[in-house]
Amino acid sequence: MMGHYIALSLLAVLGLGMIFIFYLTVKGRTIERRFVFLYIVFTVSLPLFVKMKPPIQVSPEVQQVVETITSLSPGAKVLISCDFDPPSAPELQPMLVAFTKYALKHDLKLIFMGLWPLGPSQANRGLRLALADTIIAAKNLTYGVDYVNLGFQSGNEFVIQAMGGSFKSMFPQDDRRIPYDSIPLLNGVVNYRQIDLVMNFSAGKPGTIEWIQNAVDRYQVKLSAGNTAVQAPQVYPYLRAGQVRGLMGGMSGAAEFELALNEKGKASSFILSQMFSHLAVMLFVIVGNVAWLMTRKKK
Amino acid sequence: MSTEFGVWVAALMTIGLFSFLYKDNPFFKVCEAVFIGSSTGYWAVVYFFDNLQKKLWEGIFPPDGAVGDAWLWGGAILGILMLCRLSNKIGWIARWPVSFIVGATAGLYMINYFVSSAMMQVASTMQSLVVTNGGGIDWQATIGSVVVAVAVVSGLIYFFFSKEHTGAFGGVAKVGIWFLMITFGASFGYTVMSRMSLLIGRMDYLFGDWLGMIR
Repeated sequence: MMGHYIALSLLAVLGLGMIFIFYLTVKGRTIERRFVFLYIVFTVSLPLFVKMKPPIQVSPEVQQVVETITSLSPGAKVLISCDFDPPSAPELQPMLVAFTKYALKHDLKLIFMGLWPLGPSQANRGLRLALADTIIAAKNLTYGVDYVNLGFQSGNEFVIQAMGGSFKSMFPQDDRRIPYDSIPLLNGVVNYRQIDLVMNFSAGKPGTIEWIQNAVDRYQVKLSAGNTAVQAPQVYPYLRAGQVRGLMGGMSGAAEFELALNEKGKASSFILSQMFSHLAVMLFVIVGNVAWLMTRKKK
Repeated sequence: MSTEFGVWVAALMTIGLFSFLYKDNPFFKVCEAVFIGSSTGYWAVVYFFDNLQKKLWEGIFPPDGAVGDAWLWGGAILGILMLCRLSNKIGWIARWPVSFIVGATAGLYMINYFVSSAMMQVASTMQSLVVTNGGGIDWQATIGSVVVAVAVVSGLIYFFFSKEHTGAFGGVAKVGIWFLMITFGASFGYTVMSRMSLLIGRMDYLFGDWLGMIR
């Protein structure tokens, strides 16, 4: 609790610091860029110590993901493509963990894969966290029966296309080198026709757009997606066209998703940091513009 | 504080890379070189085993003694021809596999992009401006449809260069610029959010996983 109050006091000091920066800028004094970096580091780090929960409202696009998931009945098979790597984990891993927890609690059958080499490792990390949950641990879930990780396959969107014909042709064995035919969960799973939903966690290419082009529009696959904030604006047109059923964009999308599923995790605890960092960036933009306008006036 | 060696390495590397924000220094240079070297090595190994060994070699000579896929020889030959680029004398041969790749990829992508990113998008844009819901007008959706229609038309007019952007035509083009600017602004906002998320992730790692200050 002590850290909470110290962090809050320091954040107040940062607020006063911004007023001082504004004053210096108006006076025509240049701010050292390293000072700006340091300011951002403090703005991002201090809220991590604060035990305060900012209000989060679930957006319609995240609600659509939630409705798609909750409409699945127990035993439904979900293909989860983890198309990201550790650099994008702060945004996408919380979505993956929240989804995996919810899915395993509700007896959905999960088939993980990755079009990015480190995607399956991220899936394993998510699975480890989900399996540690007391409710899920009590279910004594078995690898190969309740969930499976098919691993990485190179070939980008051509893998998605080929899976429309046969999953086995792309994944003759899983991540643990168990042959496809020996995995009980995959018995009868030939292609997308036996899959109830594809969840895609994407940080770029290949990712959600490739899944839409090669699986949704070609094989009428039901797809929901979680994207990094950089990628999300590119996916919105597909959301409007109904090609993707719901979209989680960036850390705020992840926090909304955690809230909607009642699976609080990392994203919910990061959201205050993000709120303060956005505030700092906005204030710096305003200060910069005011300074520019004042110099123009003087000239 | 963490007692794991890996966590310490990752934490010190993070600090090393951040140290560039102060100024260029030998610690940063070491971290940068380690990062580039290990990434290159990792990718080389992944692609060697996934493509050359698993797909090509085991495809042509299956380990279970089954008949290999003869079509893979075509890919192997094209791959070898690509290496001709390393020689000044026979470098021109590398154009053959390159043209094959360009042609095949263009053919495969053309339909996908045309259907998913052109036709479907056009269809979703050409919707009724007035959206009804249960007999009444859904004002929120209607306003959204009108905004989309105005943005599409004005945006297209802005990119129409066969007529000078003056008068009413120029006015609509200006509206198009505004829509483009708002789009770029929203996109930039999302990018800032993404970059900040990465920084938050690193800070959480340093203060949480490494120093154990965040529970």
